[in-house]
Amino acid sequence: MSAAETLYPLHNGIGNMVRDFFPESAFYINAVLGLTALIILVSSLASILIYLERKVSGHFQVRLGPMRVGYHGILQPIADGLKLILKEILKPKGADALTFYLAPMFPLTATFLIMAILPYDHHLQLADPAGGVLYVLGISGLTVLGLLLAGWSSNNKLSLLGAIRAAAQMISFEISLALIILMIVMVSGTASLREIVLSQQGLIFDWWIFKLPFLGILAFIMYLVVSTAELNRTPFDLAEAESELTAGFHTEYSGMSFAMFFFAEFVNMFISAALATTFFLGGFHAPLIGISFVDHILNSIPGFIWFFGKTFFIIFIYMWFRWTFPRLRIDQLMSLEWKMMLPVNLILLMMVGVFMVLGWAG
Amino acid sequence: MQNYEKMNDIFNTYPPMKQKNVPKESLLEHSTRYLKKICTGFYSLIQGMDITLKYFLNPKKVITQQYPENRDTLKMFDRFRGPVSLPHNENGEHACTACGICEKACPNGSISILATKDVSGRKVLGQYIYRISQCTFCGLCVEACPFGAIVLAKDFELTVYDRNELTWVLNKSKSQGSSDTSQGEYS
Repeated sequence: MSAAETLYPLHNGIGNMVRDFFPESAFYINAVLGLTALIILVSSLASILIYLERKVSGHFQVRLGPMRVGYHGILQPIADGLKLILKEILKPKGADALTFYLAPMFPLTATFLIMAILPYDHHLQLADPAGGVLYVLGISGLTVLGLLLAGWSSNNKLSLLGAIRAAAQMISFEISLALIILMIVMVSGTASLREIVLSQQGLIFDWWIFKLPFLGILAFIMYLVVSTAELNRTPFDLAEAESELTAGFHTEYSGMSFAMFFFAEFVNMFISAALATTFFLGGFHAPLIGISFVDHILNSIPGFIWFFGKTFFIIFIYMWFRWTFPRLRIDQLMSLEWKMMLPVNLILLMMVGVFMVLGWAG
Repeated sequence: MQNYEKMNDIFNTYPPMKQKNVPKESLLEHSTRYLKKICTGFYSLIQGMDITLKYFLNPKKVITQQYPENRDTLKMFDRFRGPVSLPHNENGEHACTACGICEKACPNGSISILATKDVSGRKVLGQYIYRISQCTFCGLCVEACPFGAIVLAKDFELTVYDRNELTWVLNKSKSQGSSDTSQGEYS
């Protein structure tokens, strides 16, 4: 039992209550409760993020965004969801039926699997595998598989082109992403997401973005760029470049199978932002500044609020990127990765190693 | 050589445009150019983000109008082109002399000037016929008018149920009082 207990660190109030009442079957009940919470979180997050995206993009473009459905359009995601549920799922002639219906499930599954290991608070995490970072990198490959299958099975040249572009882009940028994460693993000395957060305990200057002199903030900016590319968002949205490929890999999808891609895209944005929070911004720790009076107030705010606050701040930065920058061309994208990001990342990794040997890294 | 490098920087063509007999640049020159490109690139990105952030932080400046709700307070913009109208002063007089230049200037034939003679035998405006169904709101009539008698109004709620209602008589006859959009018998 002890091994399972370390793998599922649900030591919060509800988990302990279940253990008190049902000591025999607590393990299973807690897992079911956690998964239910996760499903609710993912579905509500997707609708919140879609609403936010539309509102924020509207204001970035001097528009208002949705205003009609409910007060300032807050019921808009529900209306969108109803529309998508009622729509027919069309299959193009000559499409591979099994793959066509299977493909949208991969990205959504990947989001669920990664959301399960994010440390939301001290004891609010479904599972904490020791190699959490490896798990994240491995699971995010499922998204690429889903996109490729969708593009291939649609029997549409634009879908296939979009899928190939998406796969090439995500595989290229995953190298840089892995190198940046490797840097954090090096300095924190652990690959478990919870331990990485705990290694940043203390003042705001103990977060990895500030703790590594100069390198931390550089790595953070690089993480933002690389993860934007990994998410297939503008300015790196070549996979679904509207002006060239109609909609890329999901051109032929409609109804709920389109909604799965759409949800996965938005929840992936949350996951990227949450990982940035975990790696650089101290996860669920409050931004303590060393003045005891202020710190007391900051500490009284629960950790998951800090976590979601930081995450939504980074999501805002992603949206800001999206509605400001124009799209890159495919050769510019590849030269950015292979000629700029990768060499700079390797140099950064080397410098972090030097810093650690000299004892400057925290 | 300078030009080609500049063009490569701007367009980032693949394969890069090359000129023959170019002396090979040294590693120092190359790395300086590389660093400069990164710095100027970041600066221009930050400039763009600054502009969008200013838009985001000023929600009162949005252009979108919540139309049916703000119908009473909605004021159309200066450059808005609505239907042609003939402004009358407080005595019910207008500046039109029935010269017919606007009629000739109109590319669609949507204006007809019907002139009459008053008691002293002078040519005056009888009826200013304006067929809004043919009008493209180009404003050439307003530009052509030598007396500044006509303007493009700011109205935009112009829907009617009958096609005949789209022929307007713009001048108000003094006896009948104000009937700006009297139905036309001249369609």
